[in-house]
Amino acid sequence: MIEKTKKFSTKQIPIDYNMTEKAKKISVKQFLIDYNTYLILLLLIIISSLLSDTFLTTMNIRNILLQQAGPILVAIGMLFVILTGGIDLSVGSIMAIGATTSAIFINDLGMSTLPAILVALIIGTVFGIFTGILVAYAGIQGFVASLATMTIARGVAFIITEGRPIKVESGTLDVLVSKDLLFPIILITAVLIVMFTLAQKYTGWGRIVIAIGSNQTAVQLAGIRTKRYIMSTYAVSAALSTLAGIFIAARTSTGSATIGVAQELDAIAACVIGGASLAGGKGFVLKTVAGGLILALIGNIMNLMAVPSYPQDIIKGFIIIAAVLLQILTNKKEKTV
Amino acid sequence: MHDQYIVEMRNISKFFGGVKALKNVSLTIKRGEVHALMGENGAGKSTLMKILAGAYQKDEGQIFVEGKEAKVSSPKDMIKLGVSVIYQEFMLAPDLSVAENIFIDHLVDSGMFINWKRLKQRAKEQLIKLGFDDIDPEQKVGSLSVAYQQIVEICKCLARDSKVLVFDEPTAVLTFSETQKLFDIIRNLKANGVGIVYISHRLEEIMELSDRITILKDGEYVGTVPTADINKEKLVSMMVGREISQLFPKRNAKIGEEILRVENLSAGKMVKDVSFSIRKGEVVGFSGLVGSGRTETMRAIFGADQRDSGKVIFFGKEVNFKDPKDAIKNGLGFLPEDRKHQGLLLEQSIRMNTTLASMSKVKKFDIINHKKEKEYVKELLASIATKYGSTEDNANSLSGGNQQKVALAKWVAADCKCIILDEPTRGVDVGAKTEIYNIINQLAESGVAVILISSEMTEIIGMSDRVIVMRQGRISGELDKSEMTEDNLIKLSMGV
Repeated sequence: MIEKTKKFSTKQIPIDYNMTEKAKKISVKQFLIDYNTYLILLLLIIISSLLSDTFLTTMNIRNILLQQAGPILVAIGMLFVILTGGIDLSVGSIMAIGATTSAIFINDLGMSTLPAILVALIIGTVFGIFTGILVAYAGIQGFVASLATMTIARGVAFIITEGRPIKVESGTLDVLVSKDLLFPIILITAVLIVMFTLAQKYTGWGRIVIAIGSNQTAVQLAGIRTKRYIMSTYAVSAALSTLAGIFIAARTSTGSATIGVAQELDAIAACVIGGASLAGGKGFVLKTVAGGLILALIGNIMNLMAVPSYPQDIIKGFIIIAAVLLQILTNKKEKTV
Repeated sequence: MHDQYIVEMRNISKFFGGVKALKNVSLTIKRGEVHALMGENGAGKSTLMKILAGAYQKDEGQIFVEGKEAKVSSPKDMIKLGVSVIYQEFMLAPDLSVAENIFIDHLVDSGMFINWKRLKQRAKEQLIKLGFDDIDPEQKVGSLSVAYQQIVEICKCLARDSKVLVFDEPTAVLTFSETQKLFDIIRNLKANGVGIVYISHRLEEIMELSDRITILKDGEYVGTVPTADINKEKLVSMMVGREISQLFPKRNAKIGEEILRVENLSAGKMVKDVSFSIRKGEVVGFSGLVGSGRTETMRAIFGADQRDSGKVIFFGKEVNFKDPKDAIKNGLGFLPEDRKHQGLLLEQSIRMNTTLASMSKVKKFDIINHKKEKEYVKELLASIATKYGSTEDNANSLSGGNQQKVALAKWVAADCKCIILDEPTRGVDVGAKTEIYNIINQLAESGVAVILISSEMTEIIGMSDRVIVMRQGRISGELDKSEMTEDNLIKLSMGV
């Protein structure tokens, strides 16, 4: 017996440092899985440029970017909330807060542009902090808390504008879309995308937000005060939404309480198309941006091809399903029952 | 021909990609026998059982059920043939009643609608058959204790007329008396001709309960032996090639000054007037039944739960940690018992898991230095013999033992001066257990005070300098090295 068992006593396996290097070789399949959002975007760009001559014109691309700068920021904010396992339905209404307050500050109170924007940002962010406190400290589910904030913020926007769109004089908010200044909206958005991409990967904040979505209890027991991090994501989401609202006011020279309706759905769709999990703990800024652009391009190409708006919605819905199904299929492993 | 066997698995092989998970493994199950399946984690037990359950498809070999070759493509096929598996994670719907869960796959026994009265009655019959008439068929499963949930799961399998029942580590979540009750049930099933496959890491249970033992190692078949012909030592050496006396490595720690003292601590319903102290380099075992208040005591000290009264003195100063962050900052760590729900971020990288409690070491102004972090994690994991592919792999790519090592590494990294380990070797195989004991010894030798909560008596006896036994929220006794026997532990924990 003893003779026989001796050959099993080889348990101490040395650590093979080379093993870590092996993981760097990525297979084609893995590449398709990791980058599928970008590949879909690329494919869409190719198809669009084949379908329409106007698609790749400077004019069209500039329009897309000017239009999408705001929605993309909203989607990024939404992503951080989703990463914690929450959801923020109030983004659309907070956009209206951003558009209306900044317009009122400039038009009615005679403030100059930059201070008006800053104060509007602070006000919008307060709404997010309010939601965040309800979620993190009062224990209300994100869905419910942000639903409440959504109606409150929309109500406030209508009251302060008395239900009328507020015109902003030229030379104020519209500098944000000025061609001479290289379209500040697009520049600001680009900078924020880079910032949040880096923040997600390289800051303790970004990491803890993801960790909370994976397992909040474990993060708490590791000595991290999770509540303030959860609250911060709603604040970030609100700040970015406010900015998005200001962008729209700048583009249209109008602050209206009706903007941003149903924007939360597009933002959630962008996150999901970008591979984020609504359960939390999974999602990337750049992929969310790609997800937002995918949605935008679908709309754009159908406009260029003069597809009427109601069929557009139907097609959009199916494309969202297709994109997410693709994610699921490529991510599939052998299921354990 | 093979009439004596209900199930015969012959020369089963299974590949995952290029890796052979099982090589020519055979297993036979007789009517009315308890057949134990043993082997370290990763030996192939779960893979073999998943093939038997129909969840995985075999690549080579044959399965015979009652002499006829079984063609299986899904778990449903196997259930029809009379094979049911009771997994560690029960397949129960917590918001449905006991009766609904038991008959979940045939709620309607005749006609078009559910006959609630009959359903309840049928469930009651099943429960009485097992001797658990105190479970109310209308109660929600989620409100039952884990032990009772297991009973419901067993009833569910029996309601399908199962001829073979597979138990996958059934006692991991049970208390001593609940375990005894489960054994009675298993013996009862056996007497009724049901074939039982029993998977467990606990040698005592296997020796007590089983008729035959099949041992796997690294996906290969080592052998099948009648339990009567083998002893624990031989069994361990067949599994790992190591004697049982080597399970607990020697420790050479100097016990120094007092680090933590708890005086008359009370918290909630589970912690009543608890006092104890622990010194530098000491390993103090906490024994007791599940629910005796050990975990709750530690959570109250750690600041995870509120405490009602009493004092905690840490390094000579009275402290009242208001949350885990406060405790960790002061040098107290806590490895929770439930690795999956409280210990690890399974869907995140090994790197992220390892530094979660010590991020400040690898960041400056909240900016994480990834390169430094990777080096640090690699070094740390190597020092505690963790096997992993890349630091970027998700924690759930690791085996149970290595997951636990990552969870431990998190606390080693946090430079704790006193660490509470709650069931550090639960669900971990024998080989990895010894490695975890080694880590505990390293900690003690470096001067850390270790509190070891464990429900395994051999572990408590093998590892502790002193044992404190708890019962119903109170300390029922303290034993030093010479008094530590299983007998004494049981007596104190059961209040005999």
